[in-house]
This record gives sequence, C-alpha cells and structure tokens, in this order.
Amino acid sequence: MSDKAINNRSEAFQKRLKKRYAAERRFKYTGLGAILFSVAVLVFLLGNMSINGIAGFQRAEVEVSMNLAESGLSGDANSLASDGALQSLELQGLPDIVAFYAEQELGENDARIITDQAWRDVAAEVIANPQLIQQTHVYSLPASPDLASALAGDGDPKLQAFAQDLASQDKLSRNWDIGFLTRSDATNPQEVGIWGALKGSMLTMLVTLMLAFPIGVLSALYLEEYAPKNRWTDFIELSINNLAAVPSIIFGLLGLAVFLSIFPNFRSAPLIGGMTLALMTMPVIVISGRNAIKAVPPSIRDGALAIGASPVQVVFHHVLPLALPGILTGTIIGMARALGETAPLLMIGMRAFIASPPDGFTSPATVLPMQIFLWSDEIDRGFVERTSAAIIILLLFLLLMNGLAIYLRNRFERKW
Amino acid sequence: MTVIHSGLDATDPKMRASDVSVYYGDKKAIDNISIDIPSKYVTAFIGPSGCGKSTFLRALNRMNDTIPSARVEGTIELDNEDIYASGMDVVYLRARVGMVFQKPNPFPKSIYENIAYGPKIHGLADGKEQLDEIVETSLRRAGLWEEVKDRLQDSGTALSGGQQQRLCIARAIAVDPEVILMDEPCSALDPIATAKIEELIDELSGRYAIVIVTHSMQQAARVSQRTAFFHLGKMVEYGKTSDIFTNPIEQRTKDYITGRYG
Repeated sequence: MSDKAINNRSEAFQKRLKKRYAAERRFKYTGLGAILFSVAVLVFLLGNMSINGIAGFQRAEVEVSMNLAESGLSGDANSLASDGALQSLELQGLPDIVAFYAEQELGENDARIITDQAWRDVAAEVIANPQLIQQTHVYSLPASPDLASALAGDGDPKLQAFAQDLASQDKLSRNWDIGFLTRSDATNPQEVGIWGALKGSMLTMLVTLMLAFPIGVLSALYLEEYAPKNRWTDFIELSINNLAAVPSIIFGLLGLAVFLSIFPNFRSAPLIGGMTLALMTMPVIVISGRNAIKAVPPSIRDGALAIGASPVQVVFHHVLPLALPGILTGTIIGMARALGETAPLLMIGMRAFIASPPDGFTSPATVLPMQIFLWSDEIDRGFVERTSAAIIILLLFLLLMNGLAIYLRNRFERKW
Repeated sequence: MTVIHSGLDATDPKMRASDVSVYYGDKKAIDNISIDIPSKYVTAFIGPSGCGKSTFLRALNRMNDTIPSARVEGTIELDNEDIYASGMDVVYLRARVGMVFQKPNPFPKSIYENIAYGPKIHGLADGKEQLDEIVETSLRRAGLWEEVKDRLQDSGTALSGGQQQRLCIARAIAVDPEVILMDEPCSALDPIATAKIEELIDELSGRYAIVIVTHSMQQAARVSQRTAFFHLGKMVEYGKTSDIFTNPIEQRTKDYITGRYG
C-alpha cells in the first residue's frame, strides 16, 4: 500500500515536474528570442546607417592645377596671415580665377563643374601655406552637386558621360572629406559640414547640464532629506512626476512664451535651447535622484548622526556620494533624451539656416538632430548621404556622453 | 510601579532620566521612566521584544529626533544639563553620547576613514600625525588594531561581522565620548565574535559609562553591573545586576529571568 502511494505520488509528481521544466524552457527561449530580435534590429539599423553614412563622409572632387601668381594674384606670408586675407583674395578676383582654371583644365560644359564656393578651399590652402601662390599646384576642389550626382550615375546623360570621362583621366574622384567635420551648414551638399550643429549641440547640452543637474539633485535632496511629509510635498512630487511625462513640444512653447519674452534677442541661441531642455531634463533627474537617495541604507545615516555629524554633513559626506551612481544614471537618461530632442527647439527658432558655427551661448545655432531633420528635408540627392553621416556623428556624440557618465558612475560606485 | 533597589549608590549619576515618556504619534512607547545611569559602569537594559528598551536608549542621545512622529516628555539630564533643552546642541550631545547599533554599519570607506571621520568633523586632531594617533588608539581600545594595522586603507565593509562591529565601537570611541549606548551590539554576531565584544565592553567600562540593550540575559549578567528590566514600556525593576538576577523583588522580573516568558 505504501508502495502504491509513493508510486501514485511520483507519477503525478513527475508529470508536474515535466510541465514545470517545459514552462521554464519556454520562458527562457522567449526571452532569448526577444533579445535576438532587438539585437538584429539594432545591427540592421547600425549597418544600414554606416553603409550610407560612410559615403556621407566622402565627396566628389575635381583636380585642377593652378598657378595663382601668373594670374596676377599677389600676397606674401604677412598679408595672408592678417584677418582680412580672405576678403583681399576675393577682391583680387580669386573666385573668377578658380572658375577660369577649372574650365580650362576640365573642358567647357553647360553645367557647372565646381561649386560657387570652391575658391574658399583654395583660399584656405593658400592662407595655410603662402608659398603656394608662387607655384603651380594641383588643388582638389569640390565638384558641383550636379557633377557629383552624375558621377554616382544620376541625372543628365551628357553630364554623366562627361563625369565618366573625367573619372577615367583621374581628374574626378570621390575623396575623404575631412572638411565635413569642420564646416557648417550650406545650400549644397558638397559644401555642408557638421561642425556648426555639433558645436551648437555641445553648447546647448552644457547649458542643460549646468542648469538641470544642480537644480535636480538639490531638489531631490531637499525633498528626500529635509522636506516634511505633508500635502504640499505630495503635491510637488505629483507635479514633478507629471512634468516628466509632458510632451516635449509643450516645453518648446513654454520656452517661446517665457524665455524668449525675457531674452528677445537670443532667438535660436544655445542658451535658450539649453534652458528649455533643462526644464525637460530636470524632472527625470529629480525622480531618479530621489530613488537613489531612498536606496541609501538608513543605517549609514544613523551611523553618521550617532558620532555627531550634522544633517548637512550626513547628506554631503555620506548620502550624496552613495546616491551619486544612481543620480548619474538618471542624468544619462535625461541628457540622452535632451540631446535627441528637436520638437521644443523648433519652437524657439533653432531650425534657422545658420552657415557659421556659434561663437558662444548667445549666438544663433542649430543642433545635431535639427540639422538631420533639415537635411532630410532637402531635395538634392547628395543630402541623403550627408544626413546619414550626421546621424553617425549624433550617435557617436551620444556614445561619448554616455561613456563619460558610465565612467564617472563606476568611479563613484561603492559597495556596502 | 518601579522598584529601585536600595543598594544603589545615588552619587555621581552620569545621566539622569526623570519621568520620561516617549510617544510615536498617539502611541505611548515609554511610560514614565526614571533612572540614574552611573558613570564608569555598564548598565544593561533587558526585557522582552517591543518593551521599549531600544526606544528609551535612542532617547538618551536624541536619535529619536530622526523619526518625525516621535515625541519625548520628561527630562533627561547629562551631567545635570537637560539634553532636550532648546539651547542643547544635538551635534555636541551626540559627540558626548556615542552609539553602536544592532547591525554593524561601517561607512563604505576605508578602515582609516571610518575612524578618522568623527575626529575630522569635530576638529579633534591637529594635522595628520595626531589623527593617525587617534585612529591607532581607538582601534587598540576596540581590540582591532593587531588585526587591521596592515590594511587600514581597505574598505571597512570588507571586514567580518564581528570586526565590523568592533570597528563601529572604535568609531564611537574616536570622538572621545563620555557615554556609549549599545543597541543589541551582538545580536548579529556569532558566539566567538560576541565573546570578543563582551570582553571589550568589560575593558571599556572603567573609562566610559556604557548602556547596553540586550536580549541575552546571560550577556547582561556577564557584562553589566547595573540592570534595568523593562516590560510593556515601563521599567519594572532596576538595581545591581547581582541583585536582579539572584534576588528579584518583582514577580514579573523573576518570571522573565527564569524564562517563563519573553
């Protein structure tokens, strides 16, 4: 009888056991599937972006050999080192000289061969190395957008044939375009650069961090450590939680209505952009900061209080250092969101065409995601690749920012 | 009704509590306790769980201030000074009345920093050498020096439980207190570590007034010279440890000591 009882139990038991293991396996494989799916999506996204983006770091350039001194251009090391060098070269007719040489060297064509601003590349090279004026030198000049797309196999068949001809003579080729990292926005894709938007993003993020981090951390500390628990603090907590969920364009309207009416001259400036984004980032920092502060064991507070530390000393010597890793994690999330944000910045005028990098916090600027948005709207085919390149720069910037925050977090992390 | 043994010398009390009641909100956790805590002796608080001995202990250095709903009535004096008077500086009070907790709670910093923190914030040391000296003396008094002298820069949390608790005692000693409050300091430790802490309490008793809350009656009998028995927020009996354990007056004390309840 006892044997039977054991057998009976063991049968049902075995069945249940099998079921349990099966459920566990299903759960494991579902989780694995989810991870594989997200990895695949990520790989596809990054792969696609890099393939397109790498072309964005290149541009079609024509090789033109010139002797500027023969064309009547003058200038020595001294005059070229002065501030007005570029203007002086322009007044001496450098644009025409460059256009003339290009036509002579590459042959006449109905369409433009080089861009309007190609002479600026020549000028930059000459200013960097004044001896070039006296010599015959081969300059690499940006091909016109039409010629560039003809080289890629697009547009007018006649121009395509012309491009093929030049390419076979090694006079037209796609080269790495280092200038993309140092120029700013322009009207044609051959001459655009990312530096203006990158600098604008850096300045804006700096303003955001400088405002949101201290205000957020101090609010979190006050609410957790000092504020009495009553209806008012409950209301403040509720408001902060709601603030974190407000659609970002609303913050843009707020920036427009409040900040721009206080500083009407700073339209499109990183200062105003940073202030607007700080409004958006602060609640995220407050919420994560409060959670991190709550997670500090009360025994540490007791220990410090019991040897006579004042409440401020407890907070700054013990609670804050232990909560910092958590606070930094929240800051990463908030800042990453702010870096990718375009909607609120649309409202305060950061979508303007700005062809020079911002000089400071108050000069007009644009930011990386806005630049991507603007370029993706352009008709010219060359902008597709430039857009991808800009996205790569944005992702790299994000990676750098997060890497720095993770490094700081690990440095401050302590075990207890 | 509180019974106080006649054999107690009332001279030179370090701390004196008179008619102390502690409330958490509306709940009365401590009911009208009066007690003299002598200097240079070990006083033990015993009693069943939830009888208010820890609450009373925390009232002695105003650690209850951190609990918003807690309220103290009556007076507690340290050297004839009311510690709940408005002019009393809590920071200064806690430097004079140190505390060791149930669970070892070293700061997540180096062993050296753990000890040096108190003297640093109170400005007790002039320069590095004096600070080194305080750290060494405190660790020696806590019987930890020989074990950690070669790894003062290691984290305090890397020590074993018993060592951590002695580190916390050393940390309390470092600010040179007059009274040390210990809230069940051995309840998280194994018997060997417990024996070491008890030995340490014995050594320290000549130098500081020590108040220890404990669940273990054997421990109270071993380390203390005075014992107070708490029950349901009241102090039932207070007297010399030998009297309480061998010749209790109250029936409840007798029942508790003989293990009939609690």
